[in-house]
Amino acid sequence: MGNTLNGWSEALVGFNPMGLPLGLVILAAIPLVFIALYSLTYGVYGERKISAFMQDRLGPMEVGKWGILQTIADILKLLQKEDIVPASADKFLFVIGPGVLFVGSFLAFAVLPFSSAFIGASLNVGLFFAIGIVSLEVVGILAAGWGSNNKWSLYGAVRSVAQIVSYEIPAAIALLCGAMMAGTLDMQQITLHQSGHWGFAHFFLFQSPIAWLPFLIYFIASLAEVNRAPFDIPEAESELVAGYFTEYTGMKFAVIFLAEYGSMFMVSAIISVVFLGGWNSPFPNIGSFALNDWTNGPGWGVTWMILKGFFFIFVQMWLRWTLPRLRVDQLMYLCWKVLTPFAFISFVLTAVWEIYVP
Amino acid sequence: MSNLTYTAIFYLFAAITVFSAVYVVFSRRVIYSAFALLFTFFGVAALYVFLSADFIAVTQVVVYVGGILVLLLFGVMFTHSIMTTDLKSDVLHIIPGTLLLLAMIGTMLYTFYTTHGWMPSTTMLQGSVVERIGFETMSRFVLPFEMSSILLLAALIGAAFLARFDKPGNNE
Repeated sequence: MGNTLNGWSEALVGFNPMGLPLGLVILAAIPLVFIALYSLTYGVYGERKISAFMQDRLGPMEVGKWGILQTIADILKLLQKEDIVPASADKFLFVIGPGVLFVGSFLAFAVLPFSSAFIGASLNVGLFFAIGIVSLEVVGILAAGWGSNNKWSLYGAVRSVAQIVSYEIPAAIALLCGAMMAGTLDMQQITLHQSGHWGFAHFFLFQSPIAWLPFLIYFIASLAEVNRAPFDIPEAESELVAGYFTEYTGMKFAVIFLAEYGSMFMVSAIISVVFLGGWNSPFPNIGSFALNDWTNGPGWGVTWMILKGFFFIFVQMWLRWTLPRLRVDQLMYLCWKVLTPFAFISFVLTAVWEIYVP
Repeated sequence: MSNLTYTAIFYLFAAITVFSAVYVVFSRRVIYSAFALLFTFFGVAALYVFLSADFIAVTQVVVYVGGILVLLLFGVMFTHSIMTTDLKSDVLHIIPGTLLLLAMIGTMLYTFYTTHGWMPSTTMLQGSVVERIGFETMSRFVLPFEMSSILLLAALIGAAFLARFDKPGNNE
């Protein structure tokens, strides 16, 4: 259990009592528990409170002090609900849809470095894996939308898939700029390249004069990839009832929401790893006042990673209650005629900067 | 990871791949075949990981699941009355098909037994695979790389040309 790179996760992998790979199971269960806890507290409750404050309301206030227990009451309600499968639905696809969707959003957590000592799998293609595995979600959405046998669901699914598939391109190119600055696709190595005594000054966002452009492009594209406002046309309430999960009730509905909150944290974590230093402390060392050294380490790393992720989730929520929804044609215009060309420009500029300047 | 766990996981993925592939072929409904293909592609990607080809595994997921499978699903969904169509071909060549299958399996087994089992690679994998792939693509295989990129560019332009609107008053 050292403080070395990936120390905690390697210790877990080595833990197999009686020949059973229990450590591997625990390693996979940690992000799962994290997703569940965070979407319970910050996800559902936080979103309702934040939206309420932005609209000058109070939000949930009845259950417990400041409505803190509201989410638990909601969960109890969801657990008790009858699990309805519509008579005309395709039973098999209807049931596996949410499962595939959740697995798709959960798999990317395998390569997120939560701390210098903890990462699910230190792949040398980590970033590529995180970008690529989103395509599993696409299939889950299609299965849910088609299996519901409902026009709104199918429209929602098709819109969502078109949106995710198109926005993957600017997102991938923007992340490639970060990968170019690090010279590796390994998430741990990318983070390591951003550590140093000057804290935030070593982050890739502040390392080159162009880095803000891919950062911004990836942030916008990631909003579209997780179907958040202003790109929430797949579940546009005023047009499609609720999009691809119109027919879902009870725990299946909860699983779909868990998947959404899971991918929200996933994209926030990716953007913080690639551009904002992941688990590195943002404080610089000032003379003998070694703030950076004091606030770095495996335990601190977890704190920074989660704080940075939560910050971006807060921005996502903030945008949701601020911006109006885009139309389908505006969505495609933004992707293909604005974000993709600018992503290419930032790619070329970053390449030039990396070759000639530092 | 102990050896037994490793083997168990390998056989789990092998079973997923084979059984879903069988389902793709034998399913009566096109849409189920298309969705079962997801598990096949995914199982194959997992098998690539067992061959230490991480990069190819992820590429497999990106290209086949993210690209081809989604395209296939859209195609199937646009097909008219897919839930009711009774899938069968009019021409059934059972005997030639069986003969071909047996010949193929026989040849593979023959090759396997005459070359004395599996041949493990003599050179061990060193360092990051991604770096090597990048170097090789940009040096020794730069010509095929450029050729395929030109081919893809031509396909992209062709698709854009076919898909764009005909302007009114421009129909010659």
